Amino acid sequence: MRTKRLVAMVVALLLTSCTACTGGDGDGGGSRDGRVTLRFQSLAWQQESVDANRELVEEWNDAHPDVKVEYVQGSWDSVHDQLLTSFEGGEAPDIIHDASDDLADFAYGGYLADLRGLLPERLKSDIPQRSWETVTFGDGVYGVPFLQEPRVLIANATWLRESGVRIPTPEQPWTWDEFRAITDELGDGEGKYGVAWPLKEPVSATLDLSLSTGGQLFHRGSDGKVRIRFGAADEVVPRTVHDQVNTDGSASSSTLGSGGSDTLPGFFGGKYAMVPLGFSYRQQIVQQAPEGFDWQVLPAPAGADGLTQGVSPQTLSVAEDSPHKEEAAAFIDFLLQPRNMVRLALGDWMLPTGTEALRDPALRVEEDGWAVGAELARYLRSAPAQAVRGYPEWKDKVATPAFQEYYSGAIGLGELRERLVGDGNLVLARYQR
Amino acid sequence: MRTRKSARASQYLALLGYLVFLAFPFLWLISTAFKPPRELGSLHPTWIPKDPTLANFRQAFDEQPLLDAALNSLIAAVGAAVIAVLIATPMAYVMARHRTRLAKAATGWVVVSQAFPFALVIIPLFLVLKNLRLINSVAGLIMVYVVWALPFALWMLVGYVRAVPTELEEAAAVDGAGKVRTLVSITAPLLAPGIVATALFAFISAWNEFFFALVLLKTPEKQTLPVVLTHFLGAEGVADLGPLAAAAFLATLPSLVVFAVIQKRITGGMLAGAVKS
Repeated sequence: MRTKRLVAMVVALLLTSCTACTGGDGDGGGSRDGRVTLRFQSLAWQQESVDANRELVEEWNDAHPDVKVEYVQGSWDSVHDQLLTSFEGGEAPDIIHDASDDLADFAYGGYLADLRGLLPERLKSDIPQRSWETVTFGDGVYGVPFLQEPRVLIANATWLRESGVRIPTPEQPWTWDEFRAITDELGDGEGKYGVAWPLKEPVSATLDLSLSTGGQLFHRGSDGKVRIRFGAADEVVPRTVHDQVNTDGSASSSTLGSGGSDTLPGFFGGKYAMVPLGFSYRQQIVQQAPEGFDWQVLPAPAGADGLTQGVSPQTLSVAEDSPHKEEAAAFIDFLLQPRNMVRLALGDWMLPTGTEALRDPALRVEEDGWAVGAELARYLRSAPAQAVRGYPEWKDKVATPAFQEYYSGAIGLGELRERLVGDGNLVLARYQR
Repeated sequence: MRTRKSARASQYLALLGYLVFLAFPFLWLISTAFKPPRELGSLHPTWIPKDPTLANFRQAFDEQPLLDAALNSLIAAVGAAVIAVLIATPMAYVMARHRTRLAKAATGWVVVSQAFPFALVIIPLFLVLKNLRLINSVAGLIMVYVVWALPFALWMLVGYVRAVPTELEEAAAVDGAGKVRTLVSITAPLLAPGIVATALFAFISAWNEFFFALVLLKTPEKQTLPVVLTHFLGAEGVADLGPLAAAAFLATLPSLVVFAVIQKRITGGMLAGAVKS
């Protein structure tokens, strides 16, 4: 009897679910009764950011009854595979939120619309050329960069104040040598360290920061082919980290395999004076720091090229298959009006790319380090190699293990160079035949 | 005698260690779900939250449609389990009882098919489902889960069928029962633990599946729990840890409940005494 009842329940559940089962909308985001429906897949994930996006979509829909935008929440996890499948199946969202370093394959694959003729002059001129370079592949522009974040030093303000070291500013930052000397001074060699480097993903962190010393690593020759060279300018940042960990003992070796969030408990617990992190980590710090914990944002050290560093901004693109590219571009223009860009930036704790939005007083307050970050915006450039074909394989198979071994002290600088350049160029050559 | 006792003690100790190993992530998940943000950032984390809060649960429900997602997951998982078992049981019977070359080849194919990576099949599958207008549909997802679960379900059930003594079926035939009567009245009840175990496998694998659901379901109201859970994750692995733990804890409960309810069926020893010796 009990079994019969169980079977009946299962059948009932399946039957009642049928209305939920067959739900293919089938319209592909196209026109319905003369109205256009656009699907906007957003990767916003923090509540303030999701709220800002949803509010903006509602405002658009209220003002544009003939062009409705549907908000679809995606996720950063597996977004590349999910988009690739959607593109292949002709079911991609009309408006796509992603990061510039994920766009190259899609752009070269013909999945994204070239936006050059679609965007208004206002938006084009509001975003600096150095930001447009992050979304330019070949001759086309395949996304609008709108949010970006520099790497900064989050510091224990009390510790720094009591130590008496010079506090850096964007106008007078530390040099890399000075940074090393100061972390050596701050650490006590007995479980307290001047800095904790979270280098679970060592390649982008190293390459982005190496722009400050003039390091480029990837060089495009007159034949159009990209080759890797590891010169003196490329050595400065990795050597500093290596020496802090292995020579001075001023950086904790245990955090080298950690992500940024993993280092925060030690930072709050007074083990580390500073942690290099992305600018948006401030939100976690505000949420999780113990009562009375005094922290501040410092610029990353500067080199021969000043405070320059690489970034991969968040982007908005339009699917090539979208039948309503102009409407999609108009929505992007609305979303990235200066006042709206500010709302998105505040929601994500990041910096807008737009020059007018960057001037907004809300992003210039001292509280939570906003002012320091806003000052750094003009030094942000396209992350090295994000448009180089073969870079993902070089990063995963060659550079990541090589940097991890170098930072842990398992190999020396010569071996690091040999692997990055020798093995690396073999990988790139396969993509450039 | 002493050696046997010490061996038994070692076995229990190993079992205890294994249980602790298995339970650790789940207990830590529960602990995290009830911690306020400041305790999550503590250098010296505690098992019992000092200042327990339900705020993470409230935030998780406020931010994401967890109940809708749970219902979608339940429909997909129950549907996949029921259909997979209905298809796999007769197939398994044939493969177990009639050991032909075709049955052997089918068994080999079943094993090989388990090695296919998701990425290999997802695009053709997407196109097929699109032509059937089953993209963004839980029914389409159930079809995928059934196909995905079938090989392993079949492999499991073949073993269970082989464990049912053929003498029982022969005895039923001698007593005048037809083939269908024998299958329904004699074999099927004896297979019950195997069928339940197979259904459980199909249910749990569908309940936890992420990639197909991510790719095939487009709109938020159709998404399943594993997909919705990723909405608490940011770029480069940053996570909204408290609400994520709260939602993940809730997501594990149905699996545990289903397992608790039907585990007796699996361990019931229903074959005991079936054949007179």
